[in-house]
Amino acid sequence: MPEQMLDQRIDYYPTHEYQGFQFRPGRPIPFGATLVPNGVNFSIFSSAATSCTLVLFEKRASKPVVEIPFPEEFRIGNVYCMIVFDLDVENIEYGYRMGGPWDPIAGHRFDKTKILCDPYAKAIGGRDVWLQPPDWNNLYQYRARLAFEDFDWEEDRHPEIPIEDLVIYEMHVRSFTRHPSSGVKYPGTFAAIREKIPYLKELGVNGLELMPIFEFDEWENNRQHPETGELLVNYWGYSTLGFFAPKGGYAATGKYGMQVDELKTLIKDLHKNGIEVILDVVFNHTAEGDHRGHTISFRGVDNKTYYMLTPDGYYFNFSGCGNTLNCNHPVVRNVVLDCLRYWASEYHLDGFRFDLASILGRDPMGYPLSNPPLLETLAHDPILARCKLIAEAWDAGGLYQVGSFPAYGRWAEWNGKYRDTIRKFLKSEPGQVGELSYRIQGSPDLYEHRGPTASINFVTCHDGFTLYDLFSYNDKHNEANGENNNDGANDNNSWNGGWEGETDDPGINSLRRRQIKNALTILLISQGVPMIFAGDEAGRTQNGNNNAYCHDTEMNWFDWSLLERNADLFRYAKRFIHFRHAHPALRNRYHFQHRDYVGSGYPDISFHGTQAWNCDWSFDSRVFAFLLCGKHAKQGSVEDDFIYGGINMHWDALHFQPPYLPEGMKWHIFSNTGMPAPEDVHEIGREPILAEQNNILVGPRSIIVLVGR
Amino acid sequence: MSFSVSSEIINDVARFVLSGELDAGSAGMFKAEIEKVAAQGPKRLVLMVKDLAFMASAGLRVLIFAKQKLGTEVPIYIVSPQEPIVDTLQKTGFHHSVHIVPEYGDES
Repeated sequence: MPEQMLDQRIDYYPTHEYQGFQFRPGRPIPFGATLVPNGVNFSIFSSAATSCTLVLFEKRASKPVVEIPFPEEFRIGNVYCMIVFDLDVENIEYGYRMGGPWDPIAGHRFDKTKILCDPYAKAIGGRDVWLQPPDWNNLYQYRARLAFEDFDWEEDRHPEIPIEDLVIYEMHVRSFTRHPSSGVKYPGTFAAIREKIPYLKELGVNGLELMPIFEFDEWENNRQHPETGELLVNYWGYSTLGFFAPKGGYAATGKYGMQVDELKTLIKDLHKNGIEVILDVVFNHTAEGDHRGHTISFRGVDNKTYYMLTPDGYYFNFSGCGNTLNCNHPVVRNVVLDCLRYWASEYHLDGFRFDLASILGRDPMGYPLSNPPLLETLAHDPILARCKLIAEAWDAGGLYQVGSFPAYGRWAEWNGKYRDTIRKFLKSEPGQVGELSYRIQGSPDLYEHRGPTASINFVTCHDGFTLYDLFSYNDKHNEANGENNNDGANDNNSWNGGWEGETDDPGINSLRRRQIKNALTILLISQGVPMIFAGDEAGRTQNGNNNAYCHDTEMNWFDWSLLERNADLFRYAKRFIHFRHAHPALRNRYHFQHRDYVGSGYPDISFHGTQAWNCDWSFDSRVFAFLLCGKHAKQGSVEDDFIYGGINMHWDALHFQPPYLPEGMKWHIFSNTGMPAPEDVHEIGREPILAEQNNILVGPRSIIVLVGR
Repeated sequence: MSFSVSSEIINDVARFVLSGELDAGSAGMFKAEIEKVAAQGPKRLVLMVKDLAFMASAGLRVLIFAKQKLGTEVPIYIVSPQEPIVDTLQKTGFHHSVHIVPEYGDES
């Protein structure tokens, strides 16, 4: 017996050889490619394939080095698995060819001419550098690679910030630093975000929600604008190629295949600075499109399992993107679960926001389930137990579940009704006071038994107008998208203040700035979890485009010079975010009870109008005020100041009477959007005393926030 | 450019001299050298990399391996690295885990 065999484990000893490559039967679990002693275990599931071949490449090579057919005895159940030995793991890419029927009506689309990316690929090559023109002749475009789990996390741990204490900042990785004004060394990358952590700290956000970073192809559906010639691309990335792989083109080190390390480094540094990371995950569809789309992975591996299919074998399209992942099929459900567990444990992620999450509650025929197993499984999963789970509680098939998303005590929702109500009230629409009162309380009408933390409050997000544009445009202006302005939402509830788009009119510009501050104010004094779209704090514009999914241009990039030009907005935003952090009364976990249960003489929340204790609930009212009793903060467990918000969305200035405070306390003015900077917002703890304690003039379309202590 | 590595231990300080390109093909050689030295329990690792032109992810993995094998109490010095090497270390954040210095004397 050769000497070297003596110290080798027999279960990692090759038993077969093919064209110089040694291998043996593998292990079915875990799926994907996994390092084992001296080799790599390859495991892939297909319920209907009749054969499977492992295709190995050297990195970036156009032709495989070998194609090893799985011997039939290597199949365990419906899983093909083998261990291949002595591979240069840093330098290989791999894929599969699957044999089986081509019978679309029966749901099968096997095609052995295609090399398929592993659904469990931990890294994917082929789009390593953002927008580098690909070699379209390469027969294997999206190339599965191995990732290594040896990152040095040191003492890193999840911050586990209570969700009610979060201020979420939604960001597109590339947009945040791609603009030349960002001043970073590696613009548009994970590494660049790291350079901007001091900015995030200064702003005060403590939850970073990254728009999709699963590997996608920015070249997907690329085209030129018919008039301008601009290259339009898949910029946002809501089109997943691989659920386990980070986007190589977002890494400065993508060309070296080190995107995994770079992203982990970012997360580690964010954690070090008390910032959580939430991923926007797209499980509703994949990049393979409908029956006319490319075969990249799932379609060729097991079409019938991975996708929701019509009875005649076409793709249900509840995503609006051509296909719909069959998320409540038990196998696919496990893929989603494995994926989230992987990101939570291997990347130390703190939460997930699920794009078009209502799809995750549909059965394989598309019908909404009353008790969707996937959502329940995620809610109760032990590894995800402390991760935030946030649903975009609607889909493109008409299922709208804001307030009724199956939550299992765990799920929060993007509150679309919050957005709509705040927008309507800000543009002085009548009939909104009643609904506004619910929204600022954390929407107890929607989340009675779930508490305010079920409500992710936002006025803007990536989808729709920026905050600046919300008050600068009545209508969308999406001509640059090359779709004749037919794309994007029409129900924006926006108001331009008297002129469509840019203007020199000082009155209109002043109103717009005020409205931006008004929106930030309401957002940050509402119960629930506020979310700010990156750049809104500095008045970023998209020139009226409310669907900028395809522009790798200044339309999407955050122009950092805005921080100087709109210094008053940034100052206002950051002071208000810190104000929220300073006041637990704004961050309750449970709903108000509308009564005094601590003996303070005031209910936990009370509603007012221009007169104290007399809220005008009438249809024509544009006035609303509320008082938070600081002694009820966090259900009376901590003591806070009294906080009064007076909102005047009438076009005239009005006198407001704040309620009298307990003896010895006085009202101080924290903010007044009717005042120009620097009188619009004051330093926390150094707020000036209100001159007339029960009378303040609130300007037209303005908001005051007072603190009583 | 071919890779070469040599090492010596003097007074518990393991000094490596690296040159050429540290990529997937050569990382094994570096790792073997690290393992050899690690067995002698050095108190400090000093990598003289002035003539190292390139470091791929495989090279970085060996550094991670070294750090995890020797423990955080054994500092690693990267001496006089070229710009691309510094870039790689910075982009992946590994510069927080090592000391990058322009030169290294026995008194350092």
